[in-house]
Amino acid sequence: MNTDVMEKLAGTDRWTQPDLLGLEHLSAEEITIILDTAQQLKEMTNGCAEKLDLLRGCTVANLFFENSTRTRTSFSLAARRLGADVIDFSSSGSSLSKGETFIDTAKNIEAMNVDSVVVRHRTPGTPHLLAKNIRCSVINAGDGAHEHPTQGLLDIMTIREHRKKIAGLTVALIGDISHSRTARSNIWGLKKLGAHVIVCGPSTLVSRRWEELGVEVAYSLDSILPRCDVLNLLRIQFERQITRPFPSVREYALLYAMTGERMARAKDDILIMAPGPINRGTEVTPEVADGPHSVILHQVTNGLAVRMAVLYLTHEVNR
Amino acid sequence: MSGILITNGRVVDPSQSMDRVTNILIEEGKVAAYDVAIDAGSTNGSTITLDASGKIVAPGLIDMHAHLGEPGGEEDETIESGTKAALSGGFTSIACAPNTNPPIDTQGTVQFVKQQAADADNCNVYPIACVSKNRSGEELAEMGTLVDAGAVAFSDACSPVSNPELMRRALEYLLMFDKPLLSHPEVRELSGDGVMHEGLVSTVLALPGMPADAEAVMTSRDISLAESTGGRIHMMHISAAGSIDLIRRAKSRGVRITAEVSPQHFSLTDESLRSFDSNCKINPPLRGQQHVDACIAALKDGTLDVIASDHQPQAVEKKMQELDQAPFGVIALETTLALVITKLIRPGHLDWLSALEKLTIRPARVLGIPKGTLQIGADADVTIIDPDETWTVDPEHFFSKSENTPYRGETLYGRASTVIVSGAVKFERNA
Repeated sequence: MNTDVMEKLAGTDRWTQPDLLGLEHLSAEEITIILDTAQQLKEMTNGCAEKLDLLRGCTVANLFFENSTRTRTSFSLAARRLGADVIDFSSSGSSLSKGETFIDTAKNIEAMNVDSVVVRHRTPGTPHLLAKNIRCSVINAGDGAHEHPTQGLLDIMTIREHRKKIAGLTVALIGDISHSRTARSNIWGLKKLGAHVIVCGPSTLVSRRWEELGVEVAYSLDSILPRCDVLNLLRIQFERQITRPFPSVREYALLYAMTGERMARAKDDILIMAPGPINRGTEVTPEVADGPHSVILHQVTNGLAVRMAVLYLTHEVNR
Repeated sequence: MSGILITNGRVVDPSQSMDRVTNILIEEGKVAAYDVAIDAGSTNGSTITLDASGKIVAPGLIDMHAHLGEPGGEEDETIESGTKAALSGGFTSIACAPNTNPPIDTQGTVQFVKQQAADADNCNVYPIACVSKNRSGEELAEMGTLVDAGAVAFSDACSPVSNPELMRRALEYLLMFDKPLLSHPEVRELSGDGVMHEGLVSTVLALPGMPADAEAVMTSRDISLAESTGGRIHMMHISAAGSIDLIRRAKSRGVRITAEVSPQHFSLTDESLRSFDSNCKINPPLRGQQHVDACIAALKDGTLDVIASDHQPQAVEKKMQELDQAPFGVIALETTLALVITKLIRPGHLDWLSALEKLTIRPARVLGIPKGTLQIGADADVTIIDPDETWTVDPEHFFSKSENTPYRGETLYGRASTVIVSGAVKFERNA
């Protein structure tokens, strides 16, 4: 049955990366391979509900140095859907508090014959350091505000499912761009596939420097709203902000919350997305989050599909 | 003590504006004569002859900004290992920073440093003492007694003197001793928890940024205080174009200000951080190309007087941490000269005279030490440089105890081949 499945997974042999550290350094073709593989896996598993045994006998380690429920659950489930064993290693705070360097911790995990390490850490670049120091596949599940490639991929997959294309679409990322790894991974992935990307939020959270990379920078949601095909409503990362970048949550909501009133001024076929968890009432009102344009729950299912694809593709290279 | 005759070298001594091929005779630890015939030297049976054909013969190099770890940071460096690294880097005199544990803020610590340096018997070591007790920025250290013990300058090293009233008082008080205050210009509230220069690269990498303003704003304050008190201030490791503009204008008004740059800041940019390598994490941070260009322009027009290594050893296990946890700093004693040659002299930004001036007589004058010259009668501290030696940076072969260099694997040009301190050969490469 396995060979059968592998024959059906078209295009996977063109994938050459042992790790997935971010979308910035992937080509459009590589991103498309992941998306196509995820789409096939989703169909083969009846919407990510059934199991395959593509990774039977393999072990995936979740190395989470920062709290996470959704992403870790999603990676665990994706690995199990492919027949892999999963071990969880969680530790909040620095490994140094136990007198061990982060790299030593990872090497210890690797010595348990692990095939893939899924890592989340509060510090940008930590998965990259890990990849330089251990042999098994390293998958970035979020490094500080730097990248969260599987989140970017699942967002793009969701848009592609609904619109059948990415090129030519106008996608706006709304809110706290500075502290958002989801924003960065979306920017790279969407740009490479030909979308027009707008970042929109308070000027203290949206750097003008993004213009140097071909991204449109806007401060008024109302002025860009009529042009947008997709809105991705980012969560305000209160926990990452050192100083408060805007006067009050109330003022933020007035300027940037997606409300029913604003929906009336948007395109008829606009897609509303949110990487979750969402602060209802701050970034989006319940009527919009639960309304007909919302694809928030599709994103969650596609997260499983994308993570299955990434675990499979990277593992095949490292096998 | 036997004499040394250095023959056929290109003697470059900025203190005398000298750049010519000649022979130098060293006797009794002093520079004795020029243009000595080789026969004359060899008639004295005990005189050693060193053939310096094709080499540069320079006054012993001076590094006025090195962190030697000891006391308290012996896992990073000791005075013994640091001074050995200095010799290998061509330095015959170094001034060591006081951010040790305990800090150099009492006569006892000054004397300890001098004693360790004397025991190591490598190069000359001049202690820098703290501006404030325990470097806490609250109370002035006992500067008068520290001068008596041998402190050549004052600094809270790696910490700005944030309180402007204390800074003003320190500058006024130091007028009595004519010692410079070495400022670390940084507004801590602006650099915050930053790990790199704030710019496009930090935006993309999502690493907290340290804006160039953090340096320029403090530089502006320091200039005001130096100007109004008449005190002597020296700005350490200048990295930002805005600070350079301020210093240039202050100098033209006659403010008693000097400034230094580290080789890291004229040779690397914030692009290096794309590797997430903690060996590129320094304070002030590696900045963008426009700042590097401003540093080079300021070296050319003399706004930046001194090149200083800012050698800051950190043990391997400290740098192996996550980027935000890893401490700032790189080792630099053994790469500074080669970076000056590779990045400033070879591309034509500076000639040998003006480059060596910033490594010899200029830092000597800032510190007020009788060094950095090959005038007849001066201490015979001499660095013989092979300007064409091509070598690859490998910190495992360095004398420093630490390996935190951002230049690992890089090919550089030029190195010290022989280093003489007070008439004694202290270092010979491949000897």
